Amino acid sequence: MKSLLDLDFTPFLISFKLALITTIILFFVALPIAWWLSQTKSRVKPFIEAISSMPIVLPPSVLGFYLLVAFSKNSPIGEFLSHFNIELLFSFSGLVVASVIYSFPFMLQPLQSGFESLNKGMIEQSFLANKGVITTLFRVALPNIKPALITALIITFAHTIGEFGVVLMVGGSIPEQTKVASVAIYEMVEIMDYKAAHIYSAIMLLISFSVLLLVYILNRKFKLKAL
Amino acid sequence: MLKLDIKNQIIDIKLDIKKGEIVAISGDSGAGKTTLLRVISGLEDAKGNIEADGEFWLKNSRSLHPRRRSVGFAMQNFALFENMTILDNLLYVENNLELANRLLESVDLIEFKDRYPKQLSGGQQQRVALCRAVVKRPKILLLDEPLSALHSKMRLKLQKEILKLHKEFNLTTIFVSHNITEIYNMANRVVELKRGRVVGDKLIEKEIYEQPFIYAEIVEKMESYGKYYIILKISDRLVKNSVEKDRFTRYNIGDFIKVEVKV
Repeated sequence: MKSLLDLDFTPFLISFKLALITTIILFFVALPIAWWLSQTKSRVKPFIEAISSMPIVLPPSVLGFYLLVAFSKNSPIGEFLSHFNIELLFSFSGLVVASVIYSFPFMLQPLQSGFESLNKGMIEQSFLANKGVITTLFRVALPNIKPALITALIITFAHTIGEFGVVLMVGGSIPEQTKVASVAIYEMVEIMDYKAAHIYSAIMLLISFSVLLLVYILNRKFKLKAL
Repeated sequence: MLKLDIKNQIIDIKLDIKKGEIVAISGDSGAGKTTLLRVISGLEDAKGNIEADGEFWLKNSRSLHPRRRSVGFAMQNFALFENMTILDNLLYVENNLELANRLLESVDLIEFKDRYPKQLSGGQQQRVALCRAVVKRPKILLLDEPLSALHSKMRLKLQKEILKLHKEFNLTTIFVSHNITEIYNMANRVVELKRGRVVGDKLIEKEIYEQPFIYAEIVEKMESYGKYYIILKISDRLVKNSVEKDRFTRYNIGDFIKVEVKV
C-alpha cells in the first residue's frame, strides 16, 4: 500500500518550475505584442491574431510534432542551435520554449482585451503629460487592467501546469528533468498504478480548482474596488 | 500665436489665434469641434500646418508627437487616471505639489485630494480634469465642454477661475461650448463650425456691449389658473415672466433665453 510519503513529487516541482519560468517569460514577450495589437490599425493585425491563437485550436500533438521536427538536429533551427551547444529536444530548456509557444495566447488575449477595454483617453492624457510608452504602460495602462493582468498571469501558469501532449512530444519523460506531473500520471495509468495516479490526479485537481478560485476571487476584489 | 491650416476627413479649417486669446468653438454636433481640439493636440491625424509660437507641430504630414506639444486638454469624458488619487492625477502630469494643491483648492476639491476618481461625482471629476489640463502650464489649453456637468453656481465660479488661470499663466485657450452664456462670459472670440468648416468668426467684446440683451437661465416653470410663467435668474434676482403656452412647453429648466434689456 502506497502512502503519500512514498510518492515522488519531483514531477510536480518540475511542473511548477516550468509554469513559473514560462509565465515570467511570456509576460515580457506578450506584453508589447498585446499593447501593439490593442493600439494598431495595421492590416497585418488579423494575421498576427490568427497566428498567435493557433495553439488554442491545434491539437497539442500537432504542435508538439512540429516543434519536435523544428528542434531536431536535421532542421535548420536545430542545426543553428547546435553551433552554440544548445539542445532543445528532451531537455528542460526545450520544454520552456515549447510551453512559451503553447501558452502564448493565454497570456496575450486577456492582456490585449484588457488594453482594448481601457479608456483610450487615459493613454492619450499620459502622452499629453509628456510620458513615454514604457511609463504609460506601467503606470497607467497595466494598473488599470488589473483583472485582465491577473487572469493572464494565473491562467498562463495553470495552463502550463496542465500541459501534456506538447510536453510529452518535446521533452519525453526523463525523470528529474522533463517528467512533469501530467506525464507522470499518464505513466502511472499505463503501469496500472491507479492508487498513485489517483493521488497525483487529486493534487492536480486541487491545484486547478485553487488557481481558478483565486482568479475569480481576485477579479471580484478588483472589480468591487473599482466601483 | 497659433496658426492652423488643417484638413482631414472631418475638418478643413484655417484659423489664426493670437497668444492670450480665449476662443470659443461653437456649432452643432458633428460640426468637428472635438476633432479640431484633437488635431491641435496631435491625438488625431490631419494634413496641413499647425504652428505654435514659431514651432511647427504639424508640417505637411510630419507631425510632432502629442507628448512634444505643449497642450493641456480637458476631455469631455474626463479620462482621469483611475488608479491614482486626485492629487496624484495632477502630480503625474507635473510634479509641482504647491500648484496642484492651489488648483484643487480653487475648484473646492482640496478635501477630496486623497480620493480616487470613481469616488467623485461627474461634476467633481470634471473639475479635476480641468486642473490636470492646467497644471503643466501649457502653451495651449484645450477644453472640451469643460463645465457641462456642473450646476449653474459652480459653473459661474469655474468660469471665473478659468479666466484667472488663463491670465495668470498667459495661456491661449480654446474651448468647445454649447452654452451661450458661458461663451459670452468667457470668450473674447467665438468661432462657429459647420460640417468641419468655419462659418462664423466674431469678436465678442465688441458685440456684447452693442447688443441690448442678456441671457438668463430658466430656474422654474409654473402654471396657475390657466396662465403660464417661467422664473428667470437675472444676476442674483429671480424674475417671474408670463409666457404663451407653446413657449412654456418648449422651454426646459436650465435653458438660457435671450432677454431684452430696457435701459
